[in-house]
Amino acid sequence: MKKLIALSAVLVLTACGQQADTDAPAPAEPEAAATDQVSEPRTVVVYSSRQPHLIEPLFERFTEETGIRVEFSNDNEAALIERLAAEGDNTPADVFMTVDAGNLWQASERGLLRPIDSEFLNAAVPESLRGADNEWFGLSLRARSMVYHPDRLDPAELSTYEDLADPRWKDRLCLRTSRKVYNQSLVAMLIEHHGVERTEEIVSGWVENQATTPFSSDTLLIEAVEAGQCDVGIVNTYYLGRKMADDENYPVTLFWANQDTTGVHVNVSGAGVTTHAPHPELGQTLIEWLASETAQAEFAERNLEFPVNPAVEAQGLVRKWGSFEQDQTPLSIAGQRQSEAVRLMDRVGYR
Amino acid sequence: MLLPLLALVGLPLLMLVLAWFDPQGETWEHLRTWLLPRLIGHTALMFVVVGIGVAVIGVGMAWLSACCEYPGRRWLDPLLVLPLAFPPYVFAFIYLGILDFAGPIQSAFRSVFGSSPAWIEALSRPGAVLLILILAFYPYVYLLARASFASGGRAAFEAGRSLGIGPFATFFKVSLPMARPALVAGMTLALMETLADFGAVSIFGFDTFTTAIYRTWFGLFNLSAAVQLASILMLFVLVLIIAERLNRGERAVNGEKQPRMHRIQLRGARAGLATAGQIGLVLIGVVVPLVQLLIWAWPQLPAVVDGPMLEVIGKTMTLGFMGSVAVVLGGILLLAGTHKSSRRVMLMGEVSALGYAIPGTVLAVAIMLAFTRLDQWTGSALAGGLLAVTLAYLIRFVRVAWGPLEAVACKIRPEYGEVARSLGVSPWRRYLRIHLPLIWPGLLTAFLLALVEIAKEMPATLMLRPFGWDTLAIRIYELTAEGQWERAAIPSLVLVCLGAIPVVLLVRRAIIR
Repeated sequence: MKKLIALSAVLVLTACGQQADTDAPAPAEPEAAATDQVSEPRTVVVYSSRQPHLIEPLFERFTEETGIRVEFSNDNEAALIERLAAEGDNTPADVFMTVDAGNLWQASERGLLRPIDSEFLNAAVPESLRGADNEWFGLSLRARSMVYHPDRLDPAELSTYEDLADPRWKDRLCLRTSRKVYNQSLVAMLIEHHGVERTEEIVSGWVENQATTPFSSDTLLIEAVEAGQCDVGIVNTYYLGRKMADDENYPVTLFWANQDTTGVHVNVSGAGVTTHAPHPELGQTLIEWLASETAQAEFAERNLEFPVNPAVEAQGLVRKWGSFEQDQTPLSIAGQRQSEAVRLMDRVGYR
Repeated sequence: MLLPLLALVGLPLLMLVLAWFDPQGETWEHLRTWLLPRLIGHTALMFVVVGIGVAVIGVGMAWLSACCEYPGRRWLDPLLVLPLAFPPYVFAFIYLGILDFAGPIQSAFRSVFGSSPAWIEALSRPGAVLLILILAFYPYVYLLARASFASGGRAAFEAGRSLGIGPFATFFKVSLPMARPALVAGMTLALMETLADFGAVSIFGFDTFTTAIYRTWFGLFNLSAAVQLASILMLFVLVLIIAERLNRGERAVNGEKQPRMHRIQLRGARAGLATAGQIGLVLIGVVVPLVQLLIWAWPQLPAVVDGPMLEVIGKTMTLGFMGSVAVVLGGILLLAGTHKSSRRVMLMGEVSALGYAIPGTVLAVAIMLAFTRLDQWTGSALAGGLLAVTLAYLIRFVRVAWGPLEAVACKIRPEYGEVARSLGVSPWRRYLRIHLPLIWPGLLTAFLLALVEIAKEMPATLMLRPFGWDTLAIRIYELTAEGQWERAAIPSLVLVCLGAIPVVLLVRRAIIR
C-alpha cells in the first residue's frame, strides 16, 4: 500500500513537472490521484524555525487541498540542525524549513538535505534563490534595507550600506545586534564584495556611528527611529510593513539601499527535503505547494515579505515601496562566509 | 541510591565533557582574543552585583517579615515572593518596553522637559539587566532566609538583646550567622540561574559568558567549542559549591519550630520605612509588570479562555506535574544517597545537581544527543517522547528539590526509627508513620518549587517535547522571537497567574504567624 502511495505521488509529480513547462506552472495536486485510495491520512513532518502563527494557516490550507497532514516541530534553527544530524536515518522529519540562506547552507553543508529534482520548482523559484544543488529552495524573499524618519532626514542623504560608515553619521545610526543571522549575512555579502579589510573598515565605521547600543530586534529599532533616538537604521522591510499595516500613517519610511551599486541585500526563508526523510515525496509535494501561486500569494499577504515566484505579486502595501534592484550574488555565499563575518564583527566590537 | 541518579544525570553531562576530545584551537584563539576577556569581566560583575543584590534584599525583607511587626506585614509577605512567578525574560521585555527611549517614561520626559534624566536613560542600558535579575531571583533568598529567621532567629535575637547587645549588632552577630545556610542555599539557586540565563541578558544586550556559548554555536556554528565553554562554566560552579560546602563545616541550624516569640514592634518612621520599602518592592516586582502585561493583553483578552489557550494550559500543567513528580523523586534519591555521608559522596551528589547551572539550550542539546544515541544503540524511541522531556526536567531542576528536602531531613533523628523498631513496627509502617510525615512539608515545598520552575522552563521543552506538546513558555518563545512583545502578553499573563498558584501555596506553607 505504501509503495502504491509513493508511486502515485511520484506519478503526479512527474505529471506536474511536465505541466510546469507551459506558461502557467501549477503546483502538484496529488489529491486527485492519491486521497481516494488512501484509508489512513498521510502525514508530512516538518522541522521549522519559522514563527508558527505565520506558517500554520498555510499548512492547514495545504492539508485541505491535498489531504496530507502536516506535523511540525518548531525550535531554533541551530538546535534543529543538531537534532537532524543526531537523528541521522532515524529522523521523523521530511522537511527542514527555516529563515536565512546561511542556515539553509549550514544544513546542506552537513549533508542533511537532499537535492530535489522538480521542474515545477525550477520554474517557480529563480536560480539565485536556491541551493547550489537544488537541495533547498527559497520560499519567500526578504530585503534588508534602510529606514529613516522623513521629518529629520532628507532621503537624498542616504545611499549605500557602505556610506553609513562615514563620520557624518556619527551618533545617528541604529543597528540590531550582530547576534542576529540577518546582520551576519549582510556582513558576509559585504566581505564578498569588498574583501575582509575594507569590510572591517565599514563595519567598524558603523560601530563608531551608533547612536546607542545594538537593539535586540528590528521592531525595536524601527520604534527607536520613530522616537528619534537615531536617524537611520538597517532592517528587514517586513518589520516596517507590519508597523504600517497597523497604522497607515506610520512616519518611518523605507529607503532602498545600494540601488546604484550592488543592489539591496536580499535573503530568503526556505526549505529542503531532509536526506533521511521517511516520506521524501510528501516533503517535495509540500515544498512545491508552498512555491505555488496560491501559497505564494497567501504567504506574501501574511508575512509582508516578497514572493519568490515571479508570477505572484507582492502584497499591496509592500508594492507601494516600488521595485528595487537586488544583489544578485548567490545566497549560499552568505552561508559560506557567515563564520568569517561573525569573527569580523567580534574584532571590530560590533556586539 | 545515588548511582542510578548519577548515571541518569551524568549521561548528558558526559556529552559535555566528551566535546573536549574534539579540539577547536582556532575558534578558541578567536574567543580568547576577542570575546572572553570582556565577557568574563561582565560575568564576574554580574555574579557579584546579583549576589549582593539578592542577599541584601532577600535577607533584609525576610528579617522584616519574619521578626518585626509593622502595618501591612501580613499582606506584603506573600506578595514579596510573587516575582518568582515571572520568568526573567518576561521581566526583561516588560521593563525594557517601559524604560527604553521609545517607551512611555522617556517619551513623557522628552515631551515635557525636552530630554530624560540620565539615570532613567541608564535604566535601559545593557547593565540594567542586573537589576532585573535581582528582582527575578531575590525571592529564593527571601523564602529560605525567612523560614530560617522564623524558626530560630527570633529567639536568638531576643537572647542577644537581653544580654544588652544593640539590635544591629545582634542582627549581624547572631541572626545572620544562624541564617547563613539558608542565605547560601538561596544565593546558590539565584546565582546558578543568573549564570545560566540567556533570555533576559540578550533582551538587554548585556553580553556574558553564556552569550559567548551561544555565539560560538549559532554564529560560528561550532557546537563542540560551545559545549566546551559550557563545561567550563559547569566546572566553575562546581568549584564554588565545593568551596562553600568545605567552608560551611557543621550545619549550624536545626529546623525545629521554636516556641511562639513575639515580633519586634516597629513604630513611627521605622514602621513607615519598612512598609514603604516593601510596598515599593511589590510595586516594581509584581504590580507594574502585571499592569503592563494587562495593558498589552487588553485588546486580545478574550483569547485567554479560548480553546487553543486552554489546551496549552492543560499541556503546561501536565508536563509540570509529571516533571515535578520526577524532580521530587530525584530529590529523594539524592537526599537518601547523600544524607549524613562522606564528602566524596556529597561531591557526587553535587555533580548530579549541576544541571541547574548549565544554560538551558546547551543542556537540552546534550540531553537530546544522549537520547538519540541511546535510541540508536538500543532501538528505543526515547527522544521526542514524554520520557525525554520529563528526564530533562529532572536533570535541570533536581537541585531545587534537594534544598527543601535537606532542610527537613535534619529533623529525622535516628532514635525515632530505633524506638519504633524496638516496638516491633515493620519497616514500611515505620516509613509511612514516621519518616513520611516528617519530610512531608519538604516534599510539598520541593514539588511546588519544581512546578513553578518547569512552567517557566523554555529551551529544554522546546527541543525535547513531543509533537503538539506546546506549553505557555513555548507560546511566549514563538511570539517574542521577533521582538513583538505585546503579542506575547497573553501567554505571559496566563503563565504568571498559573505560576502564582504554587508560589502562593509555598508562601502559605512558609508563613509562621
